[in-house]
Amino acid sequence: MIINVGPQHPSTHGVLHLVITLNGETVKKVEPHLGYIHRSIEKMCESLSYRQFIYVTSRMDYLSSHINNHGCALCVEKGLQIEIPSRSQVIRVLMDELTRLASHLLWWGALAMDLGAFTPFFYAFREREMINELMEDTCGARLTMNYIVPGGVMMDLHPDFQRKVKEFLKLFQSKIHEYDELVTNNIIFQNRTKGVGFISREDAISFGCTGPTGRGSGLSCDIRKLYPYEIYDQLQFDEIIEQGGDSFARYKVRVREMVQSMRIIEQLIDNIPEGDFQAKTKAVLKLPKGDFYTRVETARGELGVYIVSEGGSTPYRIKFRSPGFSNLSALDHMSRGGKIGDLMATMGTLDLVIPDIDR
Amino acid sequence: MTKDELKIKLETLREGLSFEEGGEWTTLNLEPEGFKNFAAQIKNDSDLQFDYLFCQTAVDWKTHLSMVYHLSSTVFRHELVIKIKLEKSSPVVDTVCDLWRTAEFHEREAYDLMGIEFLGHPDLRRLFMTPDHEGFPLRKDYEDPINMIKL
Repeated sequence: MIINVGPQHPSTHGVLHLVITLNGETVKKVEPHLGYIHRSIEKMCESLSYRQFIYVTSRMDYLSSHINNHGCALCVEKGLQIEIPSRSQVIRVLMDELTRLASHLLWWGALAMDLGAFTPFFYAFREREMINELMEDTCGARLTMNYIVPGGVMMDLHPDFQRKVKEFLKLFQSKIHEYDELVTNNIIFQNRTKGVGFISREDAISFGCTGPTGRGSGLSCDIRKLYPYEIYDQLQFDEIIEQGGDSFARYKVRVREMVQSMRIIEQLIDNIPEGDFQAKTKAVLKLPKGDFYTRVETARGELGVYIVSEGGSTPYRIKFRSPGFSNLSALDHMSRGGKIGDLMATMGTLDLVIPDIDR
Repeated sequence: MTKDELKIKLETLREGLSFEEGGEWTTLNLEPEGFKNFAAQIKNDSDLQFDYLFCQTAVDWKTHLSMVYHLSSTVFRHELVIKIKLEKSSPVVDTVCDLWRTAEFHEREAYDLMGIEFLGHPDLRRLFMTPDHEGFPLRKDYEDPINMIKL
């Protein structure tokens, strides 16, 4: 039997279309049909300047838009060989980690909702709303921030930023135990995720799974640790690795990562150096001829930005290696032989963002 | 392994390799013929173990196309970039999706947007565009009068 899930399905969180071949309730094959939100961002970037194309990338993985911008800015800076002021480095890392927290919170609420628990969604949004307000103060936007630009950040922090982040940290610390009480230790949730959607370490490497999906299978793949950028090598935080390889392991990685993000923010919030928030750059940026590749760790995994330059003011070719794309390719392998009801748990713990996959 | 050590090691596998100077990582230019064997060698060699294909894409150079493979090893953490020049009239290259399964989707993407054919790919169909779509959007000579905005 063949069943279509999506493109309008509440659990696909966007326009993902899966064609599932079933034998009774057992999944035989999952075939993703993509392209419903394909905008050909890579083609668009070819006609935009090195300052402009970054704004389009906020629309890829809209839950990690800061980190997308960050990856592109790093790639342009690598080509131009410019150093950025330490103040902007700290601001960038702070924003990245706040974004990661907001993204994981949304995922946590949405995953629980996919599995039939509605309350966690409101708990998650209570905290996420505070982060969104912080973003709104400083960046002027709540979702597609476009705040990180080549040479630094677009503008200085809002005067209330430090105070509000500290308020948020205080609240978040007092609430984080609720996540475990509500969902992690919930026996129904555990039964629905343990042993579901298993992928081994070898397969995770072969499929290019990164981020919490790879780390849930025991694969060390945190770009912040392996290839540190900005000031990540000076910070104290742990790379979270779980050996389970199932949905529950991926779940635990993300929940424990939230604590690590909080640790990073705590280390930095009182130590933002004074100085410029942007390096002086030319009005028109021109990258030398050649190819440049940078990787950053988004909330979903490894984002690669590959720029081929011909020396002009626009990129000749841009490729975004998006984490969701590779993680999705493993979905078929993960869900074969499982039940159709388990597919939602597997898909939920992959944390797919469809515009990131389609680009 | 440093860049130079990697070059020496790769030359023991095959003679007369042409390396590209500059760039962050060791970059290798290859011909489509015999690429599959070489790919299997560098994946299975115990000193290289390139088990992670982290980016696979294609570039249109107007006169020709090229495939770009970014490879890394999760054991040794060294990187290698392989570039393969393909003819524009018939861009054909062997698939690598039996070596790195992530290539299955990446190759479908390259087929869809750049029109590169992968020999031996189990399911080579368009990925983003509809099956009846004409032309390959990421090629430089692609024209779409309705949807394309030019600046």
